[in-house]
Amino acid sequence: MEQGHIKITIDGKDIMAREGQSIVQAAREAGVYVPTLCDFKSLKPAGTCRVCSVKVNGKIQSGCTTEVSYGMKIENESPELINLRRGLVEMLFVEGNHMCPSCEKSGNCELQAIAYRYQMAVPRFPFSFPHRKVEAKLPHLLLEHNRCIQCLRCVRGVKAKDGHDIFGFIRRGHNIRITVDTTDPDSLSEVTAQKSNGYLPRRSFD
Amino acid sequence: MTQSKLNKKKLSPKLSPKTPDKKMTSKSSSSKAISKAVSKKTKSRAEPKPEKNAKVASKLKTKLKTKIKAKVKKQPPVQSAEPSAELLSHIKSVVQSHNSDPTQLLAILREVQEKWRHVSPEAVTAISEELDLPRVHVEGTATFYHFLSRTHRGKYTVYVNTSTTAEIAGAAAVAKAFEDETGLSFGETSKDKKFGLRKTSCIGLCDQEPAILINDVPFTKMTPAKVKTLVAGMKANKSVHQLIGKLGDGNNALGRIHSEVENNIRVKGPVFFTDFVPGSCLKKAMEIGSLDVIELVKKSGLRGRGGAGFPTGQKWGFCRSANSEPRYVMCNVDEGEPGTFKDRVLMTELPQLIFEGMIVAGYAIEAHQGIVYLRGEYAYLKKHLEEVLKTMRSNNLLGKRILGTRFSFDIQIKLGAGAYICGEESALIESAEGKRGQPRNRPPFPVVSGYLGRPTIVNNPETYGCAAKILLNGPDWFRKMGTPTSAGVKLLSIAGDCKKPGIYEVEWGKTVREILKMCGAENVLAVQVGGPSGACISEKQFDRKICYSDLGTGGAFTIFGKHRDLFSIVHNHMEFFVEESCGFCVPCRAGNSILMKTLEKIMVGNGTITDLQNIKDLGKMVSTASRCGLGQSSPNPLISTLQNFSDYYESKVRKDVDYMSQFDMSYAIADSSLVADRQPNLESQNPEEN
Repeated sequence: MEQGHIKITIDGKDIMAREGQSIVQAAREAGVYVPTLCDFKSLKPAGTCRVCSVKVNGKIQSGCTTEVSYGMKIENESPELINLRRGLVEMLFVEGNHMCPSCEKSGNCELQAIAYRYQMAVPRFPFSFPHRKVEAKLPHLLLEHNRCIQCLRCVRGVKAKDGHDIFGFIRRGHNIRITVDTTDPDSLSEVTAQKSNGYLPRRSFD
Repeated sequence: MTQSKLNKKKLSPKLSPKTPDKKMTSKSSSSKAISKAVSKKTKSRAEPKPEKNAKVASKLKTKLKTKIKAKVKKQPPVQSAEPSAELLSHIKSVVQSHNSDPTQLLAILREVQEKWRHVSPEAVTAISEELDLPRVHVEGTATFYHFLSRTHRGKYTVYVNTSTTAEIAGAAAVAKAFEDETGLSFGETSKDKKFGLRKTSCIGLCDQEPAILINDVPFTKMTPAKVKTLVAGMKANKSVHQLIGKLGDGNNALGRIHSEVENNIRVKGPVFFTDFVPGSCLKKAMEIGSLDVIELVKKSGLRGRGGAGFPTGQKWGFCRSANSEPRYVMCNVDEGEPGTFKDRVLMTELPQLIFEGMIVAGYAIEAHQGIVYLRGEYAYLKKHLEEVLKTMRSNNLLGKRILGTRFSFDIQIKLGAGAYICGEESALIESAEGKRGQPRNRPPFPVVSGYLGRPTIVNNPETYGCAAKILLNGPDWFRKMGTPTSAGVKLLSIAGDCKKPGIYEVEWGKTVREILKMCGAENVLAVQVGGPSGACISEKQFDRKICYSDLGTGGAFTIFGKHRDLFSIVHNHMEFFVEESCGFCVPCRAGNSILMKTLEKIMVGNGTITDLQNIKDLGKMVSTASRCGLGQSSPNPLISTLQNFSDYYESKVRKDVDYMSQFDMSYAIADSSLVADRQPNLESQNPEEN
């Protein structure tokens, strides 16, 4: 065995992982699919969506924030976890206003793809149809709260030149929203420059 | 009257712990109007008086119209105004008085809120510039806490407690009296900016409800008559302190606390309420050395008193062996679990013992800084605690070279601003750092990476108190009390339907029945052990024991008599969790709202047997997939009652159908019917007649 490599088991299959990796990373490298929503490329995992929930030694944990350790026994595709993940996606669908037929992201949307994967026809929960505003104060940025699932990709990925946050959470509970700092023009040009790298959906096709 | 209508009436939220300024009032107030219409209509049906009916309708109509107007008006201003020079200079001086320290952000925001009665968007910008913090960071913190507000809360902000114990003591009448006396509704601020009425979650005065806070000052045992006097006093521009009535017992009567709060210490036990010479525990600790202090605490079997029950000595050991410095000792006085109030009494009567426990812990883990995180609701105790710390400094128990040794340690107090979630240790650390009280991902645990990323122990004040006494009397003395897995005593906060609510120091292992007898409770329907996040048990289980291996509790022991409505208790608790969720992860944020709606469906008589199964399934999802302890225990009010009162639930749902729509046409158009001068025909769609 190579230095720093540890053996873990996912659904009975042995996998070699590197020390310091998260379960999601290790699984991905080994070609095992663990669904994720809030996780994104090199960003520090946040653990907001919980869709990557796996069962580690009998306890449910989020795969993106849990580091691998030697001999971990991980359950990934059990009926319980599939039901849980589908439930979480359904919660996201009823919590916001996700109108797939009229959405320009339809067909290229991770939330929609996961819903299909877990065969969600209609959410089991009642829709809440919340009143959420669309903020279009900025020329190149639209805050579409109806479709926001609070994944924190923008908060984690987009920073001002001096490293300051431009996006952040305000309020709490089911009233939690993403906000953007509009007071600093320099930061905003930063947003425009960075928007193409995938942290933010594109507003226009210019 | 049919059952469904009875329930419809019950559902009308007499007191809902929702913060009204959180944009959801419109919804709940309209449903309130409807339920009022329902109740008024049924009343008038009993003695048919057509003229009176028309009067009621027109009254409701104007009420609705004003509400719609208010809703339209409530749009926030798009452009922020220029901040006044006075605001800027105040913010500058406040920030300077805190040494421009960003970890003091919450304290700074509290001071701005106190003077200006709100933290305006301009103030947020100014603070972020002064502290050189991202604006979104300051805005995020300022909008997270219940006692901070974007809009003006009035010179006198009245916070009426809406917890279950308050409700059963008559908080609704008190709230109504405030509305009548001030002419305002809850969630509003008067035009002259004098009064603001708000509702708030448990303020830790469950044994003397109904209780309220005006600004930071608690008023207990409220009655509508007392409301009248208070409002008259405020109208006459008296200071809040001038309004305080009869002072409480013990230290509550001291000038530096000066409050109406009573201690209600009913049973004094061998650990807390016995003689204590300040400095004696610390001297003992220094005699035996820091490593042995940890061994001694381990040997005593002391476990965390906040509820989770982690072995204290082990926690201290982990922190000491963490390879990073400086280390921190934190005391969690964010006692937010509804029904718990023992920490308030500890901090009132025994702060020196608690602080000494912290110093001992600091000595054991080689830390030099202690932080007491005091919940915003207990701000009235801050001056008192600071005086105690001052005395300890002058007695060389705190500060540099304590008792002539090379050990230095000091304690500072940080105030919260109204957020239950900050009782979770990693959220508490975030909040103490001046951030939003959002729990962290774990691992790393606070003992490795806590306050400012350094090794930190977070313990309950009761735990520190126990540790101090264990040093004095030895681990065997402690072990002899309680049960093998739960050593020592527990301070119980007993409230609700009993003759003697208050603080009881009892050994672990007492049965619920024994405790009920002690506090004089009869005809008990249910006991909520450990608060809403704990278990709600029925008579069948009264022989269960209070200990970590059976019924664990952080102290709350709330009793509900047979005449109480179980559903309104559960609903109140679920509302609490919906309100207090930090909103970070999906299951807790979205799941609890759905759970509450399902309960409401059952309450109005539309529930089916499938709904009960749905609650169980969703509850399990929320409790297993949530990120922190709050989320994991948030479905407990429903799950635990569904388990222990299954007959009751089953009697309230329909078994002949699998599915009942929650949609009721007449109910849905009731609002518009009233506005259009039509009586809503709420009887036509009675599910029982279908």
